[in-house]
Amino acid sequence: MHHVPSTYDGITAGLAVLVLLSEFAMLRAPLLRSQVRLYAFQSLVVASLAVFVAASKHIDELYVLAALSLLLKVLLVPGLIMRLLRDADTDLAGSSVLGVASAILIAIVVAAFGFFAVGSLHVSSSSLPTSALSIACAIVLVAFVLIILRKDVVSQAIGFFSLENGVSIASLVVASGLPLIVDVAFLFDLLVAVVVFGVIMRVHHLRNDTLSTHDFDRLRG
Amino acid sequence: MSALVVVLVCLPFLMAIVACVVPIDVTRHLTIVVGVTTFALSIGLIPGVTHSSVTAGGLIRVDSLSVVFLLAVTFLYATTAIFVRGYLPLDPSAAGRVYGRRFYAGLNLFCWSLVIVPLVNGLALLWIAIEITTVVSALLVAIDDTEGASEAAWKYILIASLGLGIALFATIMMYYAGTSVLGSSYNLSYPTLLASAAHFHPDVVRFAFVLAVLGYGTKMGLFPVHTWLPDAHSEAPTPVSALLSGALLAVSFYAILRFFQIAVRTLGPTFPRDVFLIFGVATLLLATLYLLSQRDMKRMLAYSSVEHMGILAIGMSFSAPIAVVGVLLQVMAHAAAKGTAFFGVGSVVRKFGSKDMSKIRGGVGVLPWSGPMLILSVLALSAMPPFGIFRSEFLIVYGGLREPRDTVAAILVVLVTLAFFGLSWFTTQTMLSPSVPPVEGSPEAQVVKGEVSNWIVVSMAVGLLALLLLGVHPPSQLSHLLDRAAYELRAAR
Repeated sequence: MHHVPSTYDGITAGLAVLVLLSEFAMLRAPLLRSQVRLYAFQSLVVASLAVFVAASKHIDELYVLAALSLLLKVLLVPGLIMRLLRDADTDLAGSSVLGVASAILIAIVVAAFGFFAVGSLHVSSSSLPTSALSIACAIVLVAFVLIILRKDVVSQAIGFFSLENGVSIASLVVASGLPLIVDVAFLFDLLVAVVVFGVIMRVHHLRNDTLSTHDFDRLRG
Repeated sequence: MSALVVVLVCLPFLMAIVACVVPIDVTRHLTIVVGVTTFALSIGLIPGVTHSSVTAGGLIRVDSLSVVFLLAVTFLYATTAIFVRGYLPLDPSAAGRVYGRRFYAGLNLFCWSLVIVPLVNGLALLWIAIEITTVVSALLVAIDDTEGASEAAWKYILIASLGLGIALFATIMMYYAGTSVLGSSYNLSYPTLLASAAHFHPDVVRFAFVLAVLGYGTKMGLFPVHTWLPDAHSEAPTPVSALLSGALLAVSFYAILRFFQIAVRTLGPTFPRDVFLIFGVATLLLATLYLLSQRDMKRMLAYSSVEHMGILAIGMSFSAPIAVVGVLLQVMAHAAAKGTAFFGVGSVVRKFGSKDMSKIRGGVGVLPWSGPMLILSVLALSAMPPFGIFRSEFLIVYGGLREPRDTVAAILVVLVTLAFFGLSWFTTQTMLSPSVPPVEGSPEAQVVKGEVSNWIVVSMAVGLLALLLLGVHPPSQLSHLLDRAAYELRAAR
């Protein structure tokens, strides 16, 4: 049962922690632009995790995946959102409903819950580092906190994209053997979702001249 | 048989491309032809799947469970195509032509994505197909470019994408659960998973199953993740609402059933059924309460869909195979009934220019055909004999009463009756109560007696006939199909 962590475990868990920390940084980032930059950084870490897994497990397909996610998540998606922000030229300040301190505290509680909940599954495997899986779950939950606390379409969209980053980490760690075609299809779907998010954000902005979701309270009951 | 499936996969997609190119007048009729053809092809698949499954390449696999959902989707495709022909006015201006073209391209693409969900082989492709349904339908919800539509579309795309994020996590966990048996690299196709599911890591499968119910349940409209549903259903154009309600919710349920199929093999039936029971009862309770206080016609139908999804989940929590047969029949009957009801509401909304039920009176007098048929479809939705939902809910309740926990069946009957009260109260009020004499010059004075379009009447009549067929005497082929599909969902270890 006493399984000594290997270098592989350490590095994957370390990179996963870096992604979790950038998720926390997003929570406290006041400007939408800095949030987009943090997302780009986070995606870069995920891409390097893919490269690391590819190199240490000799799965060449993952290099392709890393290159694609670099192109898509580090360059294209942040670029598209930055353009939307330039065109919108409004509401550059963030819109958290809570102060930074309370938001971070909530996120810590939620992240700890996710971490220990997955840990309590007691999945131990000699070839797969399970701590990274727990961290991935924490990232997903903190992304939810980000989406719930922010009241503008850009932060909410970024929250969703970073949630996808958390799921990517889980898939790299526990499902690195997933066929490449599936990974590429996942990425392609993300791209389509990004485009649709962009279209709806733009429609919202053209119609209401704001990126805030403040007046999204007409439909209820 | 495989050729049939390939045609089925390609045809709606080609139609979406054709809709971008050819004049709108051709598209309107061609879509009907394609819709009816896909339905006919789905019927043609029934004999091939009652004993085994049909595969085409590694990517496509059709078994009886797929065909049940395929029939629901393609039936709605065909009737919606007929309905849109009458519902969408042909606007000759340039903007109107662009709108019509976009609408038809989107509609066909949406139907294509709904058709491929039950056809693809494997949990990964399933996730991808459902993601495509989300992005296409979100654009269709937003297409009218009103304030309500942009709000509904944003809530829909965000909440549904988050749900699918969870579902992706579920898919990856299921993959992980299989690595202990199948090695670190394998594909997630159903035969591979089902064959070795008995030896998966049970804790991981349990986690994956709950994540899948929560994730795909978001798109299916299970409480507490149903919140996008009434907004999107009420703000989308009516043909899109019909497809969302009858087909999209159904295929999301299909995705959950695929996880269920694996989970019962690993965990045995108790845990997955309990999960269904909790979500089902909560969903049904919430929907019933909301049904008693609606003012907007389309919102009312949306909550009725939530109600039916709750019934489906509760039905899956019963162990008797007859309840599972009832659930699968309910999927088909609900698609037909909800489509017909939405078509009727579309006709009413076109006529009265409002969805607000306090402003609509004397519908039957104004709409001599679609008015009474709307009432019939709402009665069908409330499980009145002789329509299909009566039969399916009867089977579910019958299965439930043979359970040791037969209180659940009693709760089901009470809540369904309450929901019937809400649905029929508002419908009869708008359709049957006499219209007040309109004030001169008010919008009500503009309402003239007569149908909006005969195409709408035809689409509704087809829906009601199908419901009658399912209720009075389902064809024996169909009964075999349902039995076989229920058998595939059995809890054999």
